[in-house]
Amino acid sequence: MLNKKMLMTIAFALIAVALPLVIKAPYQQHILILVLIWATMGTAWNLLSGYAGQVSFGHAAFFGVGAYSAGLLTLHLGLSPWWGLILGPVMAMLVALPIGAIAFRLRGPYFALATLALGEIFRLVFLNTTNFTNGAKGILIMPAITSKVFYYYVGLGMLAVTVLVVYLIVHSKVGFYLVSIREDQDAATSLGIPTSLYKNLALLPSAFFTGLAGAFYMNYVAFIEPNIVFNLTNISIMVILVVMLGGVATTWGPTIGAALYIIMGELFRTTLGPANVLVFGVIVCLIIMFLPNGIAGELDILKRITQRKKAGLSGGV
Amino acid sequence: MEDMWIKFGQTVICGILLGGMYSLIAIGMTLIMGVMKIVNLAHGALVMVGMYVTYVCATYYGIDPYIGMFIAMPVLFLLGCLIQKYMINRLVEVDSILPENQVLLTVGIMLVLTEVIRLIFNSDYRSVTTSYSSEAIYIGAMSISVPLVIGFIIAMAFTFLLHMFLTNTDLGKSIRATAQDRDAAVYMGVNSSKITMITFGLGAALAAAGGSLLLPMFYLFPDVGHLFTAKSFIITILGGLGSTWGAAIGGLIIGLAESLGATYISMGYKDVVGLVIFLLVLLFLPGGIRSLVKR
Repeated sequence: MLNKKMLMTIAFALIAVALPLVIKAPYQQHILILVLIWATMGTAWNLLSGYAGQVSFGHAAFFGVGAYSAGLLTLHLGLSPWWGLILGPVMAMLVALPIGAIAFRLRGPYFALATLALGEIFRLVFLNTTNFTNGAKGILIMPAITSKVFYYYVGLGMLAVTVLVVYLIVHSKVGFYLVSIREDQDAATSLGIPTSLYKNLALLPSAFFTGLAGAFYMNYVAFIEPNIVFNLTNISIMVILVVMLGGVATTWGPTIGAALYIIMGELFRTTLGPANVLVFGVIVCLIIMFLPNGIAGELDILKRITQRKKAGLSGGV
Repeated sequence: MEDMWIKFGQTVICGILLGGMYSLIAIGMTLIMGVMKIVNLAHGALVMVGMYVTYVCATYYGIDPYIGMFIAMPVLFLLGCLIQKYMINRLVEVDSILPENQVLLTVGIMLVLTEVIRLIFNSDYRSVTTSYSSEAIYIGAMSISVPLVIGFIIAMAFTFLLHMFLTNTDLGKSIRATAQDRDAAVYMGVNSSKITMITFGLGAALAAAGGSLLLPMFYLFPDVGHLFTAKSFIITILGGLGSTWGAAIGGLIIGLAESLGATYISMGYKDVVGLVIFLLVLLFLPGGIRSLVKR
């Protein structure tokens, strides 16, 4: 079983590496890069919210801080924004510490609301500190590299590292602790799990990789503005929907979700005109109503049901 | 020196008047939260739809916005009932890993409502002007705009009526019982699914009423709802979840804080003031104003 899964992963990795050789049009390559950015963010969000059950509505804060770290380096110090790939994630982690200290005092919907408010505070502060961040004018950089294939491979590397790290965390002892916190925090505490510590252990990598995605976004898109990178609907909530569609608490769910969402979004935009967001919204509703655990999540359930049936037949129960 | 006091008085009064209308919207949300235990992120979108109904009445049929709201309220009541019955209620039985499914569904509903309105009315900024829009009442040297005063009075009247409804009628008592303990209410013969449906409708109708009252003062565009969602959250948490009077007082406080923030700090940071209050209340006063009163 494990071998089969690994073979599948290797096969998918090979396909991913070979994709830009087949898909040559810049527009399609652009979509692929967006998918990689969203898949990275989704995987990072999934660690905190899917596995540890702390549903964050404020991941735009980390994304934005990552993006602005890269942008501000160029704006104030004249350094290459690529240094942002190092600084951005670190800054996002530093920002995550106080956010965790505040929000982890709360649970469930209150946690969600607190992160939502924190994300919005970041947007407003970045919007209003015009001297430092350029405010709503945003930051525009001249990218040194324009080859889409280059960005594709960097993004692919970023996603691979993220998925690997999250996979390793989830399949270690920490991962089991996180799931136990999600399932029943009181029971976890009573068994001696220091819940705040482990929630932070989920938050920090989550913030790190979201910040990384943000810094990469700055390098690739070359223009950021607080209302874009700190956006509640288009970043914080979008990342939740991406993971929900793909499958909460699954390894590849966020990537599947990101691919479907971005491709669907682009298809609708080109074919449906002004109604595209409406159709998108309707589909979001339908998915949540009929596929509450996402595509990858429901696949597992379907498999389990068929296996149970087989077992039932042979066992004569 | 005297100018300073006039400015201060005017800021305080305007803040409180505006807060009264915020309260009405937030009471709608707190009712829904109290009974259904979900965070309704589509609430601002419901306010927005209500505002558009009143807007259509005002511009195409020449109905005064304060009368138009009595058309918007039943329309939104129906819309709310339908949303609850055919969409949100379905999720109650669904088994999923994260319990936040219902919250996300309300996000989807918000998207759909906003985009339907955008399709019909475009993203243009619209406003309703009435003969009294720009009139003002003078108290000493302070000028207070007439729509603010009318809006505040109607909002307070609705709050009072709602309070009477919740405390004195069978239906109102059933709603409060369901909010307190759903299982116990069901044992006592309350039809809880009907109650949740009516509550959501009622919440939507109150949202429409608040929106209609604010219409003469606000620009109207499809995304205006986000603003109201954020505000009503803050107010709901501030007042204590599910508490009608808490929400009413919370609304006044937020109106006041915003107005003071806008005058004395800066327009850009006035929303930060509200959000910071929100976080502080979440952390240090999780029961909201209601818990202070009980103590």
